[in-house]
Amino acid sequence: NLNSQTTAFLLCKRWALYSVTPLYKFSRAHLKAYAKLLSAYIATEKQKGVAVEVGVELDIKVAVSSLPDLKGSHQDEAAILVQISLRSQASQKMSEEKLVWSGWFCSVCGDDLSKNVPADFICLPVFLANGAESYTSIVGSWFQKTFDCCFHRLAISPLNLSWMAAMWTGCKVEENTSAIELVFSVPHLPQSLDISYAIHPEDAKALWDTVQKTPGEITQEEVDVFMDCLYSHFHRHFKIHLSATKLVKVSTAIASAHCDGIIKFLQSQYITEVLMLLTELAISQIQ
Amino acid sequence: MLRRKSSKTPKEPLQGRQKSQSDLSAWLKRGRIDPEKSVQDHQSLGDQENDSKQEDSLEPALSYFAKVQDHVSVKSNSALQRHLATVESIALQRGLPPEAFNVLLSAALSDKLADTVNARLLKSLIPDSVIPETSVVSAVSWLCVSKCSSNIQVLFLRWLITVFDLIDHKEDLCALYGFFFYYLQDEKMCPYICHVLYLLTRKENVKPFRVRRLLDLQAKMGMRPHLQALLSLYKLFCPELVSITLPAKTKIYFKNIEGPWKAAIKTIRQRKLENSPVPQPLFLGTARPEARKRKWNTQLMIPATSTNRSHLEEVREKNHYLYSTDEYFPVELLQTFPQLLQNIHHLEFPSQMGSVLTNPLLLHYMNCTKDESVYLRLYYWLGQTLQEECTWCVVENSQNEEEFKNFLEILCRVQCFLHEGLAPCEEFLYRSLPLWDGLCCRSQVLRLVSWIPLNSFSEMKSYLYDPLALLFFTSSLYFKCSVLESLKRLLQNWLNWQMVHLDSAADFQTHSLNTTFSGLVNTVAELIHFVGMISTASLCLESNHTFLLYFILEFYETVCDMYLKYNMPLLIMPPAGVFYPVLLSMDPVNLNQLCYIMYRYRANLVAAKENERSKKEIQQFRFTSETYQEYNQYITAMVGCLWTSNVFQKDTHPQGLRMDDELLNKTTVKEFKTSFNIVYHPAMIGYAVQFLQQAWPDDTTFNFSLIKGKKWNWYLEYLYSKGLEGLKVFIESSISRVSQASRNKA
Repeated sequence: NLNSQTTAFLLCKRWALYSVTPLYKFSRAHLKAYAKLLSAYIATEKQKGVAVEVGVELDIKVAVSSLPDLKGSHQDEAAILVQISLRSQASQKMSEEKLVWSGWFCSVCGDDLSKNVPADFICLPVFLANGAESYTSIVGSWFQKTFDCCFHRLAISPLNLSWMAAMWTGCKVEENTSAIELVFSVPHLPQSLDISYAIHPEDAKALWDTVQKTPGEITQEEVDVFMDCLYSHFHRHFKIHLSATKLVKVSTAIASAHCDGIIKFLQSQYITEVLMLLTELAISQIQ
Repeated sequence: MLRRKSSKTPKEPLQGRQKSQSDLSAWLKRGRIDPEKSVQDHQSLGDQENDSKQEDSLEPALSYFAKVQDHVSVKSNSALQRHLATVESIALQRGLPPEAFNVLLSAALSDKLADTVNARLLKSLIPDSVIPETSVVSAVSWLCVSKCSSNIQVLFLRWLITVFDLIDHKEDLCALYGFFFYYLQDEKMCPYICHVLYLLTRKENVKPFRVRRLLDLQAKMGMRPHLQALLSLYKLFCPELVSITLPAKTKIYFKNIEGPWKAAIKTIRQRKLENSPVPQPLFLGTARPEARKRKWNTQLMIPATSTNRSHLEEVREKNHYLYSTDEYFPVELLQTFPQLLQNIHHLEFPSQMGSVLTNPLLLHYMNCTKDESVYLRLYYWLGQTLQEECTWCVVENSQNEEEFKNFLEILCRVQCFLHEGLAPCEEFLYRSLPLWDGLCCRSQVLRLVSWIPLNSFSEMKSYLYDPLALLFFTSSLYFKCSVLESLKRLLQNWLNWQMVHLDSAADFQTHSLNTTFSGLVNTVAELIHFVGMISTASLCLESNHTFLLYFILEFYETVCDMYLKYNMPLLIMPPAGVFYPVLLSMDPVNLNQLCYIMYRYRANLVAAKENERSKKEIQQFRFTSETYQEYNQYITAMVGCLWTSNVFQKDTHPQGLRMDDELLNKTTVKEFKTSFNIVYHPAMIGYAVQFLQQAWPDDTTFNFSLIKGKKWNWYLEYLYSKGLEGLKVFIESSISRVSQASRNKA
């Protein structure tokens, strides 16, 4: 149900995840004005002490737009996309623009949060950013100042990563798919040691199908059993207890997620499902 | 035309001084300066004599300068020299009166005199009270005629900046905004003009064409601090027109104009106001810790107060139809309490609610508002910040303990200021107490505990009491005392809260709280039982340490008076594990305190019984007979112990002191019956010894049995004189004294 242009833009990029508390007095009617203010703000942050008139053409261009398809339930607010591009100074006539940073706010089935919030607020609890962190920090500070919200990195716990591993293993993907890869980090070592554990997707799917009792429903117990099976298999071959290490990254054909709060969408038809889980995580961080 | 204006103005009365000064500087000075009071009031006698001579000569000097002809030479002009000297000395002595300014400014800025004279005149323009606006306006018009040299122009501007706060009102001066703005192009005057504009600018002065002009100047001259300052003020009023971020390093944007005036004005002002009190600004400790470089947003920083921009947008749109541009008072300019009162109707909360934490004025304002979203905004930010920054919950954060401690300290002060706990702090405690080591930020955490709001939250046991008890039993004596202190404050805060809120709830007939009164009473009772429990256990652990007893009794001092002092239909006696250790303690302070507490229990119970009889009380909240029974048991034990020496027979409490004579005989103590009365009691025997030494200085045998009959009464008086007030009120209320009664009869 997402249009292909949007999905093409979202796919295969590393998005840094943030949770955002509800935006106060954000109005969709003013997106253009926000873009102007934000571009002037970025310009003044980049060159401190120099004043910039709001609304004039700058080397930096900001676009704020709505992504109407990107939502789960009817209560969800449509996602908001912020893009920063630089005009190359050499060919100003050509008005060549280069996209340097993008970020978007979204909510997929975030009713838990939005139902308790007064009308002055807009709930878009997940923020995803791609590009230089300096831009993320400027845009983030501007939103914090303007709409009195809070941004925080949304780290994904090993427990939630194992949920992702199980859930995404069970998803059907039509094309011939890449291996499922789990990365573990061994704690308390002088040098960091990562263990990468790759499983053929069909094998993993077969294992998951034996674990899952009711299709369309997953329990914590099932996730635990699934992971334990993978661990014991690994232990049989390498005599290493993976349960004593920390799961830091999960890569599947659907998406890949890192515990530091980084996500990459790989399949367009599963974007909303992944976002639904991320919305849930963000809301639990906010509340 | 100019001349006519200037000759007319001095006669005009000074009208409506300080009528409508809305700028910050005027506010700041108000209260410090009283223009109505004459100078002489505050001057010493010697000065006065001296001045009266000179006062006579100011008039001729003024009339001289009013009439002075063009191009008077300075040299060989003794009249000019004399009058100039007069003006200078009077100015320095006690300042010039308001009516002098028009004449002197006109003389100095018209091209009639030599530049050196003009400069001397300007330098001596020191006001004794205020400067009439009309004189400044006419001076500006002289400036526009461009007759005077650029040095004099600059000197005038420097004077204007220095005395700006002392100009009586500023409407007409503000109307000259455009004239000042025009002078920006003069390179020499530009920094001073920027400063004047900075002082004059109001929202309606900020126009797109002016913004463009300033930006042109910026392009021409580069980054100049005075331009930056003016532009940032423009941004403050109209963020939709211009944007600027000031570099963090620069602090001073306008050079401090030392000039000859500042010190002189200060001296005169001090002389005038030696005795008048200066209003203290409100402070919650806004000192912000030095921002350290960390990753974006992982830094604990309370946002600075700044105007809400998202609204400005709307205001501007509506503007065309309804509102005037200066509708909102920028919160950045809010500095004093009178300002808050003046602008409360068009004040807006800052763009980031977190900033109210360090701004007591906004906390006042927040306290007045019923808007739910105001609290919600603050709570979101606070909740997130507490969660992310808690040094013992987030592993990587451990190095920022000092920062977090300061933050908690601010929260403590805010809650104290509001007399109310903030919901995110409560949640933070419930979430973080189980992980707390009892050391990190101890004083702050315990103070936060005492501001947990009163509600009938059923999970209090598992979220607060259980983790607290674990820490309590495993920590030092001093930690135990701090916890008891904090719980005492919690109880007091609850009692105060319910008293205030029940009063207001009664007006509405309904409870806005989704909780019933009996629920609240149960919550209070639960706290008191919890403290009773940990007190009993900790007395065993710390072998009845005096210090600990003291803090426990402090808690019960609040408990025993709940009914009379706080209208709380609840009285709970201390457990036997607390009562008996105090009764037999070695320390007179604690024993005295116990006596006082028992006296207050009695007063509360008697009052409750009386109210019950007159059916004033709701039946639901009657004290149970167990409470009375327990009190009676304790009082029997106490009287039997301290007075009648029959506690071993009479005590009926199951955990009491009742003992068989047979058993007592085995102790081989001879006079076991009297061993706990007010003479032999280990806490009192010191007094008894001193009493004996004073009454029978020659007797060294310490014959305590001498204290009886009349001597017993003397001994009591002696004890009372030693400050044992608790003992006094207890004995007078709870012991019917036969001897006293008989004495009264006689």
